[in-house]
Amino acid sequence: MSAELCGVELRGPILNGSGTFDAIAARKAFGDVLLDEFPFDLFVSKTITVAPRQGNPPPRLWETPAGLVNSIGLPNKGLRGFLAEDLPQLGELPVPLCVSVMGFSRDELAELVAAVAERDEVELIELNFSCPNVETGTIMGADPAETALSVERLRPLTRKPLIVKLTPNATDPGAVAEAAENAGADAVSLINTLRGMALAPGTNRPWLGAGTGGQSGPAVRAIALAQVAEVSRRVGIPTIGMGGIATGRDAADFLAAGAAAVAVGTESFRDPAAGRRIAAELEAILRDERGFLPAASSERTAL
Amino acid sequence: MNGPRTQAPFGRRMAEVTGNESVGAYRLISVLDSDGPPDPRPGQFYMLSARDCWGGGADERPYLPRAFSYARAHEDGTLQFFLEAIGPGTDRLARLEPGEGIGLVGPLGIGFDPGPAGEALLVGGGIGAAPLLCLSDELGPEARVLLGFRSAVHALGAGLFAEVQVATDDGSVGRRGFVTELLREQLDAGGRATVYACGPPPMLEAVRALCAERDVPVQLALESGMACGYGACFGCVVPTRNGYVRLCVDGPVLAGDELETAVVPGAPH
Repeated sequence: MSAELCGVELRGPILNGSGTFDAIAARKAFGDVLLDEFPFDLFVSKTITVAPRQGNPPPRLWETPAGLVNSIGLPNKGLRGFLAEDLPQLGELPVPLCVSVMGFSRDELAELVAAVAERDEVELIELNFSCPNVETGTIMGADPAETALSVERLRPLTRKPLIVKLTPNATDPGAVAEAAENAGADAVSLINTLRGMALAPGTNRPWLGAGTGGQSGPAVRAIALAQVAEVSRRVGIPTIGMGGIATGRDAADFLAAGAAAVAVGTESFRDPAAGRRIAAELEAILRDERGFLPAASSERTAL
Repeated sequence: MNGPRTQAPFGRRMAEVTGNESVGAYRLISVLDSDGPPDPRPGQFYMLSARDCWGGGADERPYLPRAFSYARAHEDGTLQFFLEAIGPGTDRLARLEPGEGIGLVGPLGIGFDPGPAGEALLVGGGIGAAPLLCLSDELGPEARVLLGFRSAVHALGAGLFAEVQVATDDGSVGRRGFVTELLREQLDAGGRATVYACGPPPMLEAVRALCAERDVPVQLALESGMACGYGACFGCVVPTRNGYVRLCVDGPVLAGDELETAVVPGAPH
C-alpha cells in the first residue's frame, strides 16, 4: 500500500501527529526492533524552536471522556541541539522525515526553515503556526493574512515541501488554508488540538500548570473530520487529516473526506504500535470496498 | 540515574488475568505475560488497560492506560500488580476477573540500581510497597524493609513480605506514626546504608530530606500522571536539578540528589 505526498514516495499513508511520538525515547524503551516494526510511513518530529525550551510546568495532562487535555509547552533542545543531537538519530529511521518548526517571529521561522532545509535527513518541513507572533500578538495560524505573510517569507528559502499545520482554534480554518496555498504552501495538515481546560477537583482552580491546554483523542474526531472535509474542498494542495483516529475505519473516513494522508496521535499513547494496526485495518477496508487504494491526493470525495 | 532497563517488546500485547486476590485494602492482580521478557528490573513499570470495558466508568473514563510498577515477576511469566481502587482506571483494574484480557506495554523505565543487601533499607508507603516486594526478593533477608500504612486494613499489605517493620498513621498495627520515624531510627543505629523508597510524595520528600541531611544515598521511585509510558507525550515530567525529566524514560527511579524536592505536582487520577 504505497502513497505519495508532495512528491515524496511513502510506503503507506499513515503519519504520526507532531509531538505524539518520540522515536528516540521509544528506541530506548523498545530497542532496535522499533526500526523493523516502525509504526508510521513518514515520521514527523516534535516541534523545534530556535531557543531551547523546558516546556510548561506540570501537571501537563488531564484525562477526559475519550481523550485528554495536554499542556506540554513544546519542550525541545532548540535548533542547535536538535541539529547536532537529534537529527542524526532521526535520520536512522526507516521512513522519510518531516521536521516541525515553530517561530515566535518571521525571522525565527526563516532561521529554522533555512537551517533544517539544508540537511539531507529532512524531506519535508511542517510549519506549526499555533503560537502568537510576538510582534503582532496574533496567533499566526488563526489569521489568513498572518499565515500568508509567513509562508511568502519562507517559500523562497527552500524547494522542500512546506506543510502548514492548521489550528482548529480559528474562525475559518478553510480561509487560512486557502491563504497558505496561495502563498506557496505544498500541503496543509489538520487538526491541531482544541483549546480546553480542566479544574483540579475540589479547588475551582485550573488543574494544568499552564492553565489551559489542548484537547485530543476520539473526543475531537467528528470536529476534525468536518474541518478536513471543509479544507479539502477549498484547497487544491494535499491535506493531511488527523484528530482522534484510532482505527482503520477512522483513517478511511478521513481519506474519504479528502485527506491525502492521515496522522495518528493520541492513540499511540494507548498502544505504541497503533500506527501499524491502523495501517493494516485500513488496507483491508480499502481492498474490500474499492479493490484498490487511491493514489494519495488524486481522489477526492465531494461531501 | 543510570539504573537498569530491560527493554519491552514493541507495542501493546494482550495477556490473560489469572488471579485477583484481596490483600486488605488492596488487590493483587496476577497476569500471565507469555510474550514479555522474563527479567524486568525492580522499579520498572507496565502500562495496564483492561481489554474489555476500558471506558464507561465515572465520566466515561478510563481512556488512557495506567502505569504500575510490577510487584513480582515469576519464572512462568506471571506478573503481579498491587493496586488500590481510587479512580476509574484502578476501579476497573481492581474488578478484573481470571480469564479476562489485559493490555500490557512494558517493562518500561529504569529500575532501582541495587547495591549490597546488608546496607539496604527499603522504605515504602501504602501502595508504594509494590516495587519493594521484588526488590526485597532479589536482595534477600539481609535487606531491611520498613513500611507505612494508613490503617490496619491497609497494613495487611505488609503480609506479602517475609520480614518487615510497620508503622500506621493510627497506631492500629506496629508503630504509631510515619515510616520515616522507623527510617530515622535505622539511620541513627549507624552503619553504611543505601535507601530505596517508594510511596506518596510527602513520604518520599521526608525520606529524601532525611537522607540528604545525613549524606545517605537514596533511590526514589516517583509517580506522576502518564499518558503513554514510553516518552511520547512529555506529560509526566518532574522538576530536577537538571530541569524537567520524563519519569517514564529517565525514571521512575531517580537518585535523591537529583531532586530538590520529591513533591511533584499533579497526583495520578
